[in-house]
Amino acid sequence: MEASTVLKLNGLAKRFGSILANDDVTIHLQNGEVLALLGENGAGKTTLMNMLFGHYLPDSGNIEIKSINGDLVPLELGNPSAALAAGIGMVHQHFTLAENITAFENITLGAESLFSLRRNQRKAEKKINNIMSNSGLEAPLDIPVGRLSVGERQRVEILKALYRDAHILVLDEPTAVLTPQEADALFSNLRRMTSHGLSVIFITHKMREVLAFSDRLVVLRHGKNVGSMETSNASEKKIARLMVGSETQKVSPKRITPGGPILSLNDISVAGRSKRDSLQNISLTLKSHEILGIAGISGNGQNVLADLISGLVLPDKGSILLKGVAIQNINPLNMIKLGFGRIPEDRHRQGIVGGLSVSENMVIERLDDPLIQNFGFLRSSVINDNAQTLSEKYDVRGPGIDQASRLLSGGNIQKLILARVFEQQPEIILANQPTRGLDMGAASDVQRHLIEARDRGGGVILISEDLDEILGLADRIVVMRDGNLHDVNSSSREAIGLMMAGESV
Amino acid sequence: MIDILNILLTDSFWAASLRIATPLIFGVLGALICERSGTLNLGIEGIFVVGAMCGWMATWLGAGLWGGILVAFLCGAFFGLIHALLTVPLGLSQHVSGLGITLFATSVSYFTYRTALPDVSSPPRIEPFQPLDIPILSDLPFIGLVLFQQTALTWLALIMVLLVWYVLNRTNLGLAIKAVGDNPNSVDAQGLSVYAIRMWAIVIGSALMALGGAFLTMSAFDAFFFGMVNGRGWVCIALVIFASWRPGKALIGALLFGAFDALQVRLQTEMGALVPGQVFLMAPYVLSIAALVIAARSADYPRALLTPWYKGQR
Repeated sequence: MEASTVLKLNGLAKRFGSILANDDVTIHLQNGEVLALLGENGAGKTTLMNMLFGHYLPDSGNIEIKSINGDLVPLELGNPSAALAAGIGMVHQHFTLAENITAFENITLGAESLFSLRRNQRKAEKKINNIMSNSGLEAPLDIPVGRLSVGERQRVEILKALYRDAHILVLDEPTAVLTPQEADALFSNLRRMTSHGLSVIFITHKMREVLAFSDRLVVLRHGKNVGSMETSNASEKKIARLMVGSETQKVSPKRITPGGPILSLNDISVAGRSKRDSLQNISLTLKSHEILGIAGISGNGQNVLADLISGLVLPDKGSILLKGVAIQNINPLNMIKLGFGRIPEDRHRQGIVGGLSVSENMVIERLDDPLIQNFGFLRSSVINDNAQTLSEKYDVRGPGIDQASRLLSGGNIQKLILARVFEQQPEIILANQPTRGLDMGAASDVQRHLIEARDRGGGVILISEDLDEILGLADRIVVMRDGNLHDVNSSSREAIGLMMAGESV
Repeated sequence: MIDILNILLTDSFWAASLRIATPLIFGVLGALICERSGTLNLGIEGIFVVGAMCGWMATWLGAGLWGGILVAFLCGAFFGLIHALLTVPLGLSQHVSGLGITLFATSVSYFTYRTALPDVSSPPRIEPFQPLDIPILSDLPFIGLVLFQQTALTWLALIMVLLVWYVLNRTNLGLAIKAVGDNPNSVDAQGLSVYAIRMWAIVIGSALMALGGAFLTMSAFDAFFFGMVNGRGWVCIALVIFASWRPGKALIGALLFGAFDALQVRLQTEMGALVPGQVFLMAPYVLSIAALVIAARSADYPRALLTPWYKGQR
């Protein structure tokens, strides 16, 4: 196929208040190409794509797109319908599917006039079946989307775009919710479609995917296009340098020999309201000097396990042993007192109290400490000094320690939580998705602290969807699926991926 | 026990049930359309009053019965539009706006009535809708007797049930309404206007509610009284949940309530000497709550209900 330009973003800029989210970004997309758009959080990737799709109006710059007769014509800005009509399809990270209607209905919604009866069903069905067989994307069409799996929903999203004759497909972090095998299948299907003339832009920060599946890559930093190269010329190191602006060191811990067991879960069951909040007869032992990685697709019981270890959920059966002694009062306060440190998954809602100040959040887990209070009256000078010291030590940046903690960015909220947890030198650390949504700098800070805690003699339970993170940090790996834990003997991505997907190895 | 059985076997009981259910059918369908698109409309109680007052007054002023119905429909749509503007593009609290509409619409109706008729002690009467004689149907044995006693508005209500069901389940418009109440982004991503769909749903839904009010003054009675709506709007809000947002179940819910109410009136006359009348008056509401408790446990709420959507935010 002849390589011709299908899309040009010319000098796009967008400002939100004092933040310049996109600064003079120029990107070209060739026909049949897979272009990876990389950048840290807040680098402006999503803003750029939202301008392309007409959700935002750029402050300056324009967009040209290939029309039916092959010429590049300017695209009407700030109008999603125009973008749709011009053949741009967007698959958002959060699916835009109505769950109470079927996949078929979601795909055809809006394609015909609202006031026509649904007459052309047969024609529409034929078209969708055609697309499915051409692209290899299969999904059940006639059951409500609420009953489909995440992978199926994503395929419906892509089918939706293709049904509207998209010839440019934008995917925002498409693999965040998929198993490695599902991700591989997605990319091989995309390849198949690009050979039919589709062009793809995918946004990601997973290096492996970029190197394995893209033709070309563009890196954004602070809203600017800081580099674009053929993937064949790229290396992980090169890309990382472009993304952060300087070379970061990948955290790679030294292996050390684990000590004796400190925490044991014995044959624990929790009957939740649905399968995703249940645990079935799980047993687990955590040793000192050990990071135990729990891999798995989210929604397989990780959150109940985390709640259980945090003291938020009581086991229906089984016991939790701390150094061989069963814990009697399982409640959050008691768990903290016994030396558990918790880094929750939802840092905004469970990690901090957003309306309280940074300094108050730093001591919120030990309010009965006589250092902090006198007969129930808080000692504000001690609390403020503590926050001042910890903010410097853990590099928490924000509008000030006396300001509401919800004003901090996600990375700084996580650092606040790290400061609170690690200053107590906990023996057992539960880290649930600790680096999700963080940029590389903040993520490596988190990982460094986890390793330090391990080296000091603590045990760390690391729950993560990011298999690369688990493979990099964990001394031992178990896979969680359907509320069960499965030991992993192999450390290959493939074997673990298959276990996550529920296939026997 | 025998008494109740005797009541249940009379055609007048079933005719009364259907008559009492009619305004509720309009109201519950209106609330259902609003809520399916994602907006709770607590203005329903006030919109009932507006419909009752405007329809009756227009007829009294000489617009004719169907002219009165049209006026009631448009007045309901107007108050729906206020609610729609406040809750959809402005995204204000649906509870506050809805209750505000109820207070405002009720007071405006009473005010207009008093201003137009300052001195009357008994309200002027109109010639209301008469029972409709439909040739073949009226000749059916038992059902004919029940249906023969109904006016055109009851028939309209039953047709509306079919129409709303058809629109929701068989048209692209219905698809868009259901989708916008579940995930507005799905509609936006397909290039349709979330605001337009939600606002139209509220306007049409509110207009239907007003017809429920108009039935009271133009079919059930022949004049407008203060306090005549008497909580029927609130009952509809509960019935929507009972109906799981489905038109067919909404009809069943309305009929059930109508039947309870018709039954209590008859039991009052038969057993009034033994049990205080208030117990019977209370019965339909208590039974509704009981039915609701059972039905609402498995209710499948429109996921975006009560959640405002703002353009460009995701």
